[in-house]
Amino acid sequence: MAEIKVIEEKCTGCGKCVSSCPFSLIKIEGKKAKILPGCNFCGTCVDACPFEAIILEREEKVVDLSDYKGVWVFAEQRDGRIMPVTFELLSAGRHLADDLGEELAVVILGDNLKENLNLLKKYPVDKIYAVQDTLLSDYKTGFYARVLTSLIEKFKPEIILVGATSIGRDLAPRVAARIKTGLTADCTSLKIDKEKRCLVQIRPAFGGNIMASIITPYTRPQMATVRPKVMEKILPSSSSAQIIEIEPDLTGEDELVRILDKIRVESDVKDLQEAEIIVSGGRGLGKPENFSLIRKLADILGGAVGASRAVVDAGWIPSYHQVGQTGKTVQPKLYIACGISGAIQHQVGMRNSEVIIAINKDPEAPIFNIATYGIVEDLHKFLPALIEKLESLSSTKK
Amino acid sequence: MLRIVVCIKQVPDTEELARVRINPATNTIVREGVKSIINPFDENAIEEALRIKEKKDALVTCISMGPPQAKEALRKALAMGVDRAFLISDPSFAGSDTWATSFVLSQAIRKIGEFDLIITGKQAIDGDTAQVGPELAELLGIPQVTYVRKLEIEDGKMKAERVLEDYFEVVQVKLPALVTVTKEINQPRYPSLKGLLNARKMDIPVLTNKDLNLPEDKIGLDGSPTRVVRVFTPEPPPKGEIIEGNLEEKVQRIIEELKKRNLLRWLK
Repeated sequence: MAEIKVIEEKCTGCGKCVSSCPFSLIKIEGKKAKILPGCNFCGTCVDACPFEAIILEREEKVVDLSDYKGVWVFAEQRDGRIMPVTFELLSAGRHLADDLGEELAVVILGDNLKENLNLLKKYPVDKIYAVQDTLLSDYKTGFYARVLTSLIEKFKPEIILVGATSIGRDLAPRVAARIKTGLTADCTSLKIDKEKRCLVQIRPAFGGNIMASIITPYTRPQMATVRPKVMEKILPSSSSAQIIEIEPDLTGEDELVRILDKIRVESDVKDLQEAEIIVSGGRGLGKPENFSLIRKLADILGGAVGASRAVVDAGWIPSYHQVGQTGKTVQPKLYIACGISGAIQHQVGMRNSEVIIAINKDPEAPIFNIATYGIVEDLHKFLPALIEKLESLSSTKK
Repeated sequence: MLRIVVCIKQVPDTEELARVRINPATNTIVREGVKSIINPFDENAIEEALRIKEKKDALVTCISMGPPQAKEALRKALAMGVDRAFLISDPSFAGSDTWATSFVLSQAIRKIGEFDLIITGKQAIDGDTAQVGPELAELLGIPQVTYVRKLEIEDGKMKAERVLEDYFEVVQVKLPALVTVTKEINQPRYPSLKGLLNARKMDIPVLTNKDLNLPEDKIGLDGSPTRVVRVFTPEPPPKGEIIEGNLEEKVQRIIEELKKRNLLRWLK
């Protein structure tokens, strides 16, 4: 159990710790710092104190984890196609494996894997664990969790990376709970603490207002889901990956959930999370019909249509367009926010976009705090002018 | 009778947090005085349970693990119309990560009694992990269907539509099972005046570790496989530029910037 203490003789009541605490759990009482219940021992105040008056003691358990070696990446597929996040995980995994001086392996489950195995062999991985069975053709929680757990028990990797997608975030916790190990969700950065030989997992929390570094000190493997589109993709290179085929031990009864049907999303709705350009509309549009301006701009730029929560709640546009904390998190190359004031709950869904253009009448709108380019203008004037200019460019292009 | 358990979490209202309570000088979160709310997706979970109850004979139990003030969230669930609520609270549960939280919840659910369906939100808006649902299902040994936007219960089976990034799956599972729901599934109701008055009178029993008797190495910080070692505020994004000039100049400037950054390459 960890313990945190204030050494009263050293504390001057300066209050630096009070403002450093991300959880506001320190107050000054009688000119001394007092740590309130609820402290999660993050240690920020320890670093902030100029007088070394706060000490944090963590009891270190000794556990032998040396049986666990190497980094694994789970290769997510949809309709037999390996998802882009897999190649991002491979580049992160390659760095981690090199830092540890261990092997990088990719784990792929499915049916008819021949083509995908040939594809994976073009990348700098050391091992490919392949499990083929008709029962694994589509992702199913029960089957996949069972196979992945048995592979982990057999081959004992020290790190497993899974994409933070609706499949990865369904599978990884099921497996982590079964083997009782730590899982850190939706990481945006990963590194090795070489001294402790452990994985440092960095992720946003509280809607991106704070970042946390998380470790899994006493159990292996260390599991993390990683947010798509954050890491660079791995590049192909000559590799001599060894393919290890494993026979699964599955029967139909192991899977309690039956897939009856798959429904494609309407084809005019591009997947927001994959889009390179997003044009989003908010309440500043004035009325639902004005979304046609947003659609037109998105269309000519080759982008997708997004929306703020306000207009989704008002029923102007279906909710799968919604960007933000309770909608989708996106990271396009270009995000154009039109008539969106930029409440924090919207910002957390789009602020990692490479370039943000904000168009708003109100110069005080918070969206301008994060915009690369701000245009203080009535969007009903600006957007038609921009669209017209783009149309003339596009016709000269042809 | 269908026995439904809804798991909810009390979270800080981040919208309010952003508007009033971020200290720009220190760039830290000020939690004091920040309003707490039921995690929005968990309100959808409560609503869905209530809708099932409107059609079928059902008992809806709402539980929350958290500090004593989480009773407020449970009180609201009662006001919305759930039949009973339990708070799972003990100082020894503090510091639990998703594994330890799921473990405590699984044991509390077993203690409360038999169940057919567990409903919870797809994730909480403070931690955003989306892990407690699946981990709880695993520890209870029941199947899970995550990210559900529509569900129907018929003859001891659930049919559900699961949202993936670019398609929906229609799945069927025999109960008992656990579902996590998205906001698309319904529009949560506001408590009625009668509901609010009733809820005020209702008792919310607290299950502590005296009741659950869970080993120390499986709860709280000691029972958590993960440790938060550092918390810090992210770098603020570099301040952008407000483009000046008349309408035409502004349009021209934006086009130039897009060209320079090679963002017009998909131009139709």
